[in-house]
Order: sequence, then C-alpha cells, then structure tokens
Amino acid sequence: MANSRLLEAVPALVDRALQGDRRSIARLISRVEDGGPEAWSALSLIYPRTGRAQIIGVTGAPGTGKSTLVGEIAKLYRKSSPALTVGIVAVDPTSPFSGGAVLGDRIRMRDLSGDEGVFIRSMATRGSLGGLARSTTDVVKVLDAAGFDVIVIETVGAGQSEIEVARTADTVIVVEAPGFGDEVQAIKAGILEIADILVVNKADRDGAQSTVNALHAMLDLGTAPHGLLHHGVLMPSVIPTPAKSDERWQPPILKTIASQGHGIDEVITAVAHHRAFLAAQPEGQQRARLRASMELETILRETLLDRLLQSVGADRLNALIDQVVARTIDPYSAADQLQRAAVQA
Amino acid sequence: MDKKIRVLIAKPGLDGHDRGAKVIARALRDAGMEVIYTGLRQTPEMIAEAALQEDVDAVGLSILSGAHLTLLPRIVNLLRDKGLNDVLVFAGGIIPDEDIAPLKAAGLTAIFGPGTNTDSVVEFIRGQFQTA
Repeated sequence: MANSRLLEAVPALVDRALQGDRRSIARLISRVEDGGPEAWSALSLIYPRTGRAQIIGVTGAPGTGKSTLVGEIAKLYRKSSPALTVGIVAVDPTSPFSGGAVLGDRIRMRDLSGDEGVFIRSMATRGSLGGLARSTTDVVKVLDAAGFDVIVIETVGAGQSEIEVARTADTVIVVEAPGFGDEVQAIKAGILEIADILVVNKADRDGAQSTVNALHAMLDLGTAPHGLLHHGVLMPSVIPTPAKSDERWQPPILKTIASQGHGIDEVITAVAHHRAFLAAQPEGQQRARLRASMELETILRETLLDRLLQSVGADRLNALIDQVVARTIDPYSAADQLQRAAVQA
Repeated sequence: MDKKIRVLIAKPGLDGHDRGAKVIARALRDAGMEVIYTGLRQTPEMIAEAALQEDVDAVGLSILSGAHLTLLPRIVNLLRDKGLNDVLVFAGGIIPDEDIAPLKAAGLTAIFGPGTNTDSVVEFIRGQFQTA
C-alpha cells in the first residue's frame, strides 16, 4: 500500500536511532517491519550493536492478563532502577480476511505513558503463525541496538503452538490463569515446555491453587530428577537459586495479581536468576547457537524460496499447481521439477 | 514490501463513551489497516507520544465531552512539536458545525459527525495515502 510520506535514507535513520532519537527508532522499526532489501541493509548496520539487552518473552492464552503483567514488569524495572530503560514489543493478530488489525495492548499499559525510559511498539502478525510477526525478532534488534536494557515481547496468545518466542527471548514467561484448562491441558506438549518461568496470574480467583498444583505435577513429571518427586506433597513456590554445573533449570511457578501489582518482584527476581543460570551454564551458549542457526535457516528458507520462484516464473508454477490439482503429478515431483528448472535457469 | 496504513485511534479527555471509537477502529481494520487503540481518558501528551512510538500515518480522535476546541488543537501542536508534521489528524464525535472551521484552521484535516458512514472514513484515509 503506497504511503505519501517521504522515506529518509537508511544509514542516516540508523545513525539517529542508535543515538536514541525516539522518532527515528519508531521509523526504523517501520522500515524493518515492512521488510525488503532496505530492511536487510538496516539490520546489517545495527547488528554489531545488538546482543546487549535482556530479552524477556511473555506468552499465554488470551485473557490470562499478559498485557497487564508486561506493563507491571516494565513499571517495576523502571522503579527499581531509573537508569534501566525498557522496550516493549506487543504482538496482536492480523485478520486473515482483511489484512488489517486492531492492536490494543497499550490499553493495559497506560501507566507507562509519559515515561521517557519506556518505548512501546504494537505489531500485527501480518500473516505469520506461532505467536510473533515474522519481523518481531528484527524489531527487537532495533530496540536492543538503540540501547534499551530490557526488552519485553508480548505474544499474540493464540495458545498451544506459540513457541516462536522461545527463539527470540532469553527468558520465556508463560502466563496461566485459574480456570484456563485442566490438568490434561497442562500435560499437553508445546507451550509449557518453553516456559522458563510459569506465572499463575489472577491468583486471587477461585482455583488458583489447583492451577498451581496442576503445573507442579506436570513439571515434576517432565523434568525432576529421581528422588526429588514429592509424592502427594506439593512444594511451596520457591525460586531455584542459580544452579551448579550440569543442573537443569527448574521453572519456578509464581502467583501474581498483575492488576494490583502483586507478586511482580518475585517474577523479576526469577528472571534475574534465570539470566544468571544461563550465563553460568553451557545451556546459555547452546541456546544462543541454536537461536542463531534457526534464524539463519528461516532467512535462507525465505530468500531461497523467493529466488526460486522468481527464476521459475509464475506461469510454470501455476501450470504445475494445476497439474497437482488434477492429480496428474504429485506435489513432491512438482517441487522437484521446479528445483531442477531453477538450477538450469 | 508489506506496507500497511497505521492509524492511532484515541479518546482524549474525560468522557467514558468509546463505542464510536471502537466502531471506527473495526471499520479501519476491515479495510486492511493496522489500528492502534489506546483506550479511554488519554491526555494529549499520551496520544502524541503513542503516535510517535507507533509511527502512525494518521491519528483519529473521538471526543464527546465538548472539550474539543481545547484538546484537539493541543494534540496537533504536540504532534508537530515532536516532528510528526506529516501525520494526518482527523476527529469524530459531538462537534458543532461552527467549531469545524476553527478546528480545521488548527490543523485537523477532517471532522466526522454523528451518523457518518464508516465507509466514508475509510475512503477519506485511503484517499490521503493513495497518491504516492
């Protein structure tokens, strides 16, 4: 969609954004979000300046209170140390029908407005699944390079398949709320397995303790070494201290009432412990490597596909699609033909 | 490239009625735009800062409280102070006809009164951005 605004040159925009000019940061984010060669050149300019921020992902089903929790986490970081700046990237879904979106996460973060040390950006998924937009990782890089110390990503909250955030964040907080699914839900694979910290929000509501219990039971089944299972006796919510070598991280289960600011300090303490754990353990390095390799793979997949389709041409692609529909060729052979054609071109 | 029109819909001032704002937000979404909705009781400062952070193309203001002659020009001025000179500002709500001219002089591009068809708002915004 065309926009009548004049677009400034990327290098100048990057310079001003790196100096912390808020307007330039905002405009650079838009350029990165819109993608294309200009976005890539901007990202290669800022990449050396990234890797300093602490990146926290917050995910969980809709209605569990993610936005409110994110707002409270940011508020407490700002209160605990005024020199610490916080960037927030809040992702909401794009309508698959119109391509439009209503991004409403700022409503729950109004306490933060007016604070110069906070920068909130709303993003639409623009067709990507997995809880983040395709460019969320890159938008986080812009905030990282611009000098924000802590960056909090809030995912869409579509549910169980929302694991993209684990590829972007250092620490993933999974938010649950009482009444959102029973024990069977808790055992299901997927979202809970990416949790570094589990938060049961709205803990003043009925059923909070049984949600905590279900999560404990699930975690004990999943990760506790033998001898640490407490049959029938639930341990209180304790935060594990940074562990000795070769120990696995045990996700703490914390209760919060985000709307009243209760329990947020414990969340922030747990984030700090997890960060110390990653720094001390080989897992931290492994994660960074895994993340880099997955990011590279994603970029390769996209660019290779683009190039292949360009060199093959739409006519040939459409002809093959027709054949697949008519069952005169199977999709695997069609893909093989396209790859051969691209190599020859 | 995947450029979208981004619009901030905000309610300045103290009235608690956001139905109109929500109807517009939804209509713009259905027209393929990305709408940032910030909720009730926003100060002009909050609105201008949100417009800056979200890098929006347009700001739509819904106001029913009667304070439009005070609040709306103030928002336009704050936007311009922040260097958002090319951001389109429009408004809707209960705004008497005789106030439209002074608001336009203050920098608002369009005022939509009660009963406005949502399509005309969509067409207005599209029209502003299609001639690139």
